[in-house]
Amino acid sequence: MEKELEKIEDQVRKSLADNLRKGFADRNFGDVLVVGGGISGIQAALDLGAAGFKVYLVEKAPSIGGHMAQLDKTFPTNDCSM
Amino acid sequence: MGRHPNIEVLTYTEVDSVEGEAGDFKVTLIKKPRYIIESKCTGCTTCVEYCPVKYPDQYNQEISDNKAVHVYFAQAIPLITYIDESCLYLKEKKCRICEAVCKNNAIDFNQKLEKVEVNVGAIILSSGLEPFDPKVKEEYRYGQFVNVVTSMDYERLLCATGPYQGEILRASDMKHPHKVAWLQCVGSRRVTPGENSYCSAVCCTYTQKQVILTKEHDAEAECTVFHNDIRSYGKDFERFYERAENLPGVRFFRSYVSIVKENPETQSVTIRYSTPDEGVKEEEFDMVVLSVGLNPPADVQGLANKFGIELNAHGFCKAIPSNPMETTRPGIFVSGAFQGPTDIPESVFTASAAGSQCGELLDYRRGELSKERIYPPERDVSQEEPRIGVFVCHCGANIGRIVGVPSTVEYALTLPNVVYAQEQLFSCATNSAQQISDLTKEKGLNRVVIAACSPRTLEPLFRDTLREAGINQYYLDMANIREHCSWVHAKEKEEATQKAKDIIRMSVARVCRLKPLQEFDLPVNKTALVVGGGIAGMTCALSIAKQGHEVYLVEKDADLGGTARRIHSTLDGMDVQAYLRDLVRKIYQHPLIHVYTDATIPEATGYVGNFVTKVKSDRGVTEIKHGAAVIAIGADEYKPTEYLYGKDDRVMTNLELEEQIAQGEERVMNAQSLVMIQCVGCRNEDRNYCARICCSNSVKNALKLKEINPRMDITILFRDMRTYGFSEDYYREASNKDVKFIRYEPQDKPQVEAVEEEGRRILRVTVTDYILGKKLAIDADLLSLAAAVIPSAGNKEMSLLFKVSLGPDDWFKEAHVKLRPVEFGTDGVYLCGIAHYPKHIPEAINQAYGAAGRVLTLLSHDTVTASGSVCEVDEDKCISCGACITVCTYGAIEFYDTPQGRKATVNPVLCKGDGLCNSVCPTAAISLKHFADEELLSQIDAAVGDF
Repeated sequence: MEKELEKIEDQVRKSLADNLRKGFADRNFGDVLVVGGGISGIQAALDLGAAGFKVYLVEKAPSIGGHMAQLDKTFPTNDCSM
Repeated sequence: MGRHPNIEVLTYTEVDSVEGEAGDFKVTLIKKPRYIIESKCTGCTTCVEYCPVKYPDQYNQEISDNKAVHVYFAQAIPLITYIDESCLYLKEKKCRICEAVCKNNAIDFNQKLEKVEVNVGAIILSSGLEPFDPKVKEEYRYGQFVNVVTSMDYERLLCATGPYQGEILRASDMKHPHKVAWLQCVGSRRVTPGENSYCSAVCCTYTQKQVILTKEHDAEAECTVFHNDIRSYGKDFERFYERAENLPGVRFFRSYVSIVKENPETQSVTIRYSTPDEGVKEEEFDMVVLSVGLNPPADVQGLANKFGIELNAHGFCKAIPSNPMETTRPGIFVSGAFQGPTDIPESVFTASAAGSQCGELLDYRRGELSKERIYPPERDVSQEEPRIGVFVCHCGANIGRIVGVPSTVEYALTLPNVVYAQEQLFSCATNSAQQISDLTKEKGLNRVVIAACSPRTLEPLFRDTLREAGINQYYLDMANIREHCSWVHAKEKEEATQKAKDIIRMSVARVCRLKPLQEFDLPVNKTALVVGGGIAGMTCALSIAKQGHEVYLVEKDADLGGTARRIHSTLDGMDVQAYLRDLVRKIYQHPLIHVYTDATIPEATGYVGNFVTKVKSDRGVTEIKHGAAVIAIGADEYKPTEYLYGKDDRVMTNLELEEQIAQGEERVMNAQSLVMIQCVGCRNEDRNYCARICCSNSVKNALKLKEINPRMDITILFRDMRTYGFSEDYYREASNKDVKFIRYEPQDKPQVEAVEEEGRRILRVTVTDYILGKKLAIDADLLSLAAAVIPSAGNKEMSLLFKVSLGPDDWFKEAHVKLRPVEFGTDGVYLCGIAHYPKHIPEAINQAYGAAGRVLTLLSHDTVTASGSVCEVDEDKCISCGACITVCTYGAIEFYDTPQGRKATVNPVLCKGDGLCNSVCPTAAISLKHFADEELLSQIDAAVGDF
């Protein structure tokens, strides 16, 4: 019984995935929305993008980068922030 | 980022509303009008030149002006302009000069707010922080005294792309300040209205950074830091603090201060502070920097309403300690400083961590919408004469201020085989890279020299740029005219320009000789190995398994749980034992997780994607094939040799006290007086680091004891109370509940002796109280020592097995302290928990999910690419001496038998191209591709030969 349920679940997922692929690929359909384009948002988007997801990264400022982009260097190595 | 095929970046855009539920959110976005057609703007900034409106530049903290139309900052992504509300046309329907000068017709004043709807399965809130605004308190005089600036302002003053091109200048007279003071805890650790009760966690160390950088700008500068506790609780922070403190002309004063007055003539600022010896003093400074704390993001309540999430009392995201990435609304996760005031590494691994949780939720649809990057086919240029393009980068002002960039471009054009050369403001900017790629195609270039910075950070970007142009990526050379030239010759402009030309000439010579190299794809085994079954290891294993990967979890003890088995609660009230029981149950119940306890690892071989590790347990020896490994082997507790520990059973460690409190031990419950001593076994010569968690743990135990027995006298002897972040509130609570805090100096440590007085056995603790200015004797029934967390005895062995490095204090060393905090330099090996550095349980959970997220970026692929720049052996020359094998730290070279006898061979996957073996080889049988002798010799010839 459990096995069958799993099977059905699997099929539902597959068809959903099919829908994603066919029906929505061209529309604004993604996997994850990341809100905020600072260092944390950028890292989240990069990881998810590398792990097979489509990501929207939304930033309210005219550029991504956040507060880290305003820093000159970072402690304790004093590496360049950019 | 701007080039990633699976990431769509929407800037100047805000979220309007969120509907739906986990797995199916409908989000309405509002794209604000830039008044620029993004696809047409090239970022040439001609419009900026002609724009007549000057407007305070937000990016430069409004210290300098920018134009109404401008690029947000020099390395912005996307690197295009936008027009802000100061525009004359937008305000008064006048001007439109920008429209007239734009050659690409990219200006569009008809743009309106645009609504965009997107459908997603999950949301990550990385909304960040807002620096505290000191204008809310008049006493800070910010905005009133012109030479009082915030640390954020100062950060811009220090920066080469800042308001004065990296000159630290006073706004009042455009002169260099000579005497600078920093005031700590501005907006933090204060319960006054408008300020924050918590500690902002980063200000102590960023101030030390600013002091060090100020001294680099001006070696004669006098820097004074007025501080409360110095909270150097992070990895390598203690050494950094010492470095700043020991610079000549740098003073650290422990004192509250007030800003008294401004000198009407010089606009210098007088500060009043108190000293232990000379009482209250006043001193004048050229500039005063307010070390402002971190606030929640602007309009945080609006944000919370929009996303339907709850906030904590401080206005940050409300999170539960056992999963700090989870918000109160399923499917919406949080990362970075919106969790609470936090430093960059935490912002990075909580991002990976939130990513891992999205992965758990959406694993069924992974790979359905994503795309692979597609490059044009590679052009075979091996038969062509070299046609070299040289791109000389200004790096904003970093290079251009010192090196005469235009003359180096002219010079480059005179060099053999150079057919094209030009200058660029930032070669790394998206549009510049695009330009390099376009010009390579247009001019038929087959080799490229980028004269800019060190290849360490940006070589991958420029290699990618060549691939985009259909050229083998190894036909690139970076001439480092920044670190090797402009940064070290700031005062010798002419010589620096000559040197830059020399470096470029050398690069041009080398690039002619470079060979096209092929990278190759390796298969990835989809299984993970997690070493260490504590909270970090288990959390990481579970998150990986929930994303469909098999996990082998190896624990050296008989039971899972690690150090957490001895911890009963956290400061914020988490029931650790209940959590642990639940976690262990989930581990054993998960069909994809295989647990080995009482296990050791006698051998680990292989490389990224293809490790083979032997595990020895009561089931015998199991050979595990896996693609990724996570090191989460925890840490140990220091066994004190001081303060009568081990000689008197009334002296115990913090962990032992916690266990006894949990067990309701009578002598603890009934104690009249208890003393705690902080910093036992660390912040000393043997262990020059702060163990991070002990201050909060002592406060935790003190509060527990006060709850059980409010009349117990508790005294905590400390050096700096390091209850960073929200823990500060508990420190205050303990103080309010009459826990006494007495500071001691390391050269005058407390003394402990066991005495008997009037029939009562007591521990007499003697300590100098600096506030009262006299010695105190405290009679205690019990003494608890904040014994340091120390690296596990197994670290060395583990580092050898998995070929990963340890730092100066024997903690595992991550690939990059800020940007790659949960992985090693060795590909495919990851790191989490207290094996990395001491940390609290919620922090370890953050990091464990973070490591899982990074593991998934590897295991979700079928293949991984290995570098082409590796060593190879010329068998005819190999004399089988084995010198290369001894010197290789990656175990990449082995002997194998050939008809001509035993010869060395390099496994190109393990080879990191570090150049050790080829330099020790006595017969020059080994060469390192991309750094072959003829390539390097041609470079040297160009440096010293006739020209």
